[in-house]
Parts: sequence; structure tokens; C-alpha cells
Amino acid sequence: MNNLFPNVQWETIWAATSETLYMTGMAVVATFVLGLILGLLLFLTSKGNIWENKLANTFISAFVNIFRSIPFIILIILLIPFTKFVVGTILGADAALPALIIGAAPFYARMVEIALREIDKGVIEAAKAMGATTATIIWKVLIPESLPALISGITVTAIALVGYTAMAGVVGAGGLGNLAYLEGFQSNHNDVTFVATVLILVIVFIIQFIGDFVTSKIDKR
Amino acid sequence: MITLSNVTKIYKAASGNVTAVDNVNLHVAEGEIFGIIGYSGAGKSSLLRLLNGLEKPTSGEVIVHGKDMGKISGKELRQARQQIGMIFQHFNLLWSRTVRENIAFPLEIAGVPKEERMKRVDELIQLVGLEGRENAYPSQLSGGQKQRVGIARALANHPKVLLCDEATSALDPQTTDSILDLLVDINERLGLTIVLITHEMHVIRKICDRVAVMENGKIVEMGEVLHVFRKPEQPITKRFVQQVTEPEETKEAMTHLLDQYPNGKLVQLTFVGDSTEQPLITQLIRQFDLTVNILQGKISQTHHGSYGVLFIHMDGSDEDIERALAFIRQQQVEVEVMTNE
Repeated sequence: MNNLFPNVQWETIWAATSETLYMTGMAVVATFVLGLILGLLLFLTSKGNIWENKLANTFISAFVNIFRSIPFIILIILLIPFTKFVVGTILGADAALPALIIGAAPFYARMVEIALREIDKGVIEAAKAMGATTATIIWKVLIPESLPALISGITVTAIALVGYTAMAGVVGAGGLGNLAYLEGFQSNHNDVTFVATVLILVIVFIIQFIGDFVTSKIDKR
Repeated sequence: MITLSNVTKIYKAASGNVTAVDNVNLHVAEGEIFGIIGYSGAGKSSLLRLLNGLEKPTSGEVIVHGKDMGKISGKELRQARQQIGMIFQHFNLLWSRTVRENIAFPLEIAGVPKEERMKRVDELIQLVGLEGRENAYPSQLSGGQKQRVGIARALANHPKVLLCDEATSALDPQTTDSILDLLVDINERLGLTIVLITHEMHVIRKICDRVAVMENGKIVEMGEVLHVFRKPEQPITKRFVQQVTEPEETKEAMTHLLDQYPNGKLVQLTFVGDSTEQPLITQLIRQFDLTVNILQGKISQTHHGSYGVLFIHMDGSDEDIERALAFIRQQQVEVEVMTNE
């Protein structure tokens, strides 16, 4: 093994992998919650829905579009003052989280909105006709009825987030991206870059597998 | 139970205002099965949604079970809606819930405790005949079974009124009949008031006590089903009645026969109630010097008695034919002489 990868220090690799997993995991959870809220707001304020409100819808939509359009690497730099204020530092895995979440949540919000639009309007009407409150409609109709699409959406977002963590790594967030760039590319240790890449691929494959599995399990259509 | 006074519903659209419901007045008595028939776009769907406040009237008053559905909102409206069940053309079940969970949904909304909920769901499953399918998901059910779940769900909170939005339009004829039988059964057993909208006269014929015919947002004709069948006044009503009494091919056959029999008269006889049981044709042949040829006949059963249509050809002297027609009219049978138009 050591002959094959002379420059690879497995402890460092393991530490970097756990950093990547940590960043991805935290960001996915926060993105799911934030994206779900934003997506619900986008859906509910749109035309013909419960909280129809053109002004609010335009505002949220603009917010989502702006943050979705900024390239991630630029977003990290733009968010440096904000990150410093919230986390207290701009280095390390935690410092990457604000940018990861703010970059991914709007992206996921659009997917949530699309998922909610796919729900049969008749089902929402039926719930209203039964005397359901808006909260009941959200928790017992909108979310369960769109869950497979919400899950496959968060799977796609999680995979994008793994990519983002690698980018964040380059600017000092740690993780496999950081390792591949500093120890691999800049020190000209191709074996380190190779191992880091393979590990990222493995993470992506596992996320996709879990996402597909859960989606097919909960989809009773 | 339900009273609509001068109800108008106007939708504002970019291309101009659309009057979906135009100054409608109607009253539905408790325990009645009231049908509203019309082609799509006639406004019947909007009218039905005014009854549970899914749509608000632009003007006029909608009183259901003592509540003004156009005025109330918030909690009062939600509670009023729990007293009004609704079933839909496309069933609108939650695919993510089993039969049992779907039926429990309105009970969850009403805040019924879990134990009671389960008991009520079992009762309802029995009522609609879905024993053994409790844990199936909607995707595993047939159309008729899905509508049974819809009905059970609509009845969960012991409503006083059931609204049916084209409830059988997506079902095959046999399943339609079994669902209609179930509705009549529920109406009789629970004393439920049912308001249904449809474009199929078959549904009206089979279960309704009274019918309103809608066209362009207005009710153009309203009355007892049997009466409307016997004496439809508006052209649209006649067309709907023909859906049941005359199969499509009858018209073609009639034009053909009119050409074939230049002499004599082609007559449509309409029997209602007891008159369907008289030996009219025998009497005609015995009392008048006529040849009578039966071309086509059909008896339909309505909720309030039978209703028959008979097409005959009579040949003889003009005088005899006139006397025969007068005789038939005396027997409380509607007569219409067919001409080639």
C-alpha cells in the first residue's frame, strides 16, 4: 500500500474525510430546513395558493435567484465578513458552513417549489373542504405528498454540496478538497490527489444510493 | 337545509369578467338528493364550491345548515366545513396514506382522539364495504374502491350534507351504479342531504329526487326528476333527457323509418308511473281500425317510479289516427308525433 501511495498519510486522509463528511452533513441538514421553508413560502405565496401575495413572492423569488446565481467561490469571498461575525473565524470546517448553506438553500428551495407544484391541486382542495388549517395542510398534505421529490431533491443538493466543500477546502476550510489542493496539487503528490478524488467519489455514490433507496421506499404511488 | 338567494359568482380575468353563477335561487330540503346537471363550463362546479365556502359569492346569500357560507371565515368556516362532506371526480386521496389513514384524516383535523378515531374508521370501512383493504394504498385500489374511500372520508365527521363533484364521471357504468346505490343507501340510512353535480342524466335518473338544469351560470329548469323527464321544457333539458331515453342511433333509425313509411304517423309515447303498466297498444288495435307497429321501446327506473318511452308507427285513415291520438292523450300518456325535421 505504501509503495503504491508513497506520499499518502492515512491519518491525514481520514481526518480530511471526516471534515468533508462533517461539513456536508451539517450543511445538508441546515439546507434541508432552510430550503424547505423558502420553498414553502415560494409555493404558498404564488398565484392561486393559500397565501397568494405577489409582493412577497417577487421578493423571495428575487432573493433565491440572486444567491443561486452567484458562483460559489465568489460567494465564499463575499461572505467573509458575515462568516467572521457569525463563526468568529474564516478558517476551518465551521467557517465553511455559512457559505455552504447560503449557497445551497436557494438551490434546494427551487426544487422544493417544483416538488410542491407537482402535488395534485385537488388533494389540497379536499383538505380545505375538510376544514383543515394551513398548518395541517403543510404538515399533513404538502410535505408527505411531495416527500419523494423532496428527498431526491436533497440528494442532488447533497452531492452538489460535496463539490462545494471541496471548493471551500481550497480557501482554507479543510477536508478532502483542501488536502487534494495543498498536499496533492501544490506539493506535486499525485497519489494524494488521486486518493482524495476516489474518496469524494465514494461519498457521492453513497449519498446517491441512500437517496434512491429512501425515495423508492417511501413512494407509494 | 340549503338555501341560495340571488347568488352570483363573477371571476375577474384579464380577458374580462366571467359570470360563472348568475343570480341562482334554490332550496334543498333536508334528506333530499338534489342533482345539478349541465355541460362543462355551465357553472355547476362553482355553484357546488359555494356551498362549502371554497368559493365566495360575489353577491347573494348561501345558507347551509344555518350558516352563511359566504360571510363566515377562519375557525367558524373550518368547523362548518367539517359538517359538509365532499367527494370528487378524481377522488383526491392522499397517495402517501393507506385507506385507513385516509379515512382518519378528517378525524385528525377535527381533533378526535386516536382511539375513537380508529373505532370510527372501522365503522366507516364497513359502511362503504372496504373490509380487507384497510392497509392498502390508493394506488393499489380500483376506481370504485377509491371512491368508496372518498365517501368514507367524507362521512367521517358525521356531516349533515354531502357534496358530490362529478363523483361517478371517472368510473365505468357498472361501478357508477354501485357507487350510486351506495349514495342512496347512505341517504336513506343516515338521512344525509346530498347535492351532486354531473353531466350524465343517468345519474340524475337513478338517484335524484329533484334536478336543476344549468346553462351559462343560470338555472334554466328545476323540478321533480320524474316531472322533468315527462315534460322537459328547455331545449337543453330535452337533450339531457334524450341521453337516457333515446340511444344515439334512435334518431338515425327514425329518419330512416319516416322515409320508409310515407303513410300513417310515427309517434313517440311517453309513459310515467302507473301508466307504464296499461295495455295501451292492445286497446288501440281493438278500438280503432289501425295497424300498429312497435319500433322501439324502453323503460327506465327513476328514484320515484318508472318512466317509459315507446316509438310506434300507426297506419289507417287520418280520422282514425286523430281519434287514436286523442284516446292516448286521455290515458295520461304524452304523445309526440314525429316529423322529418
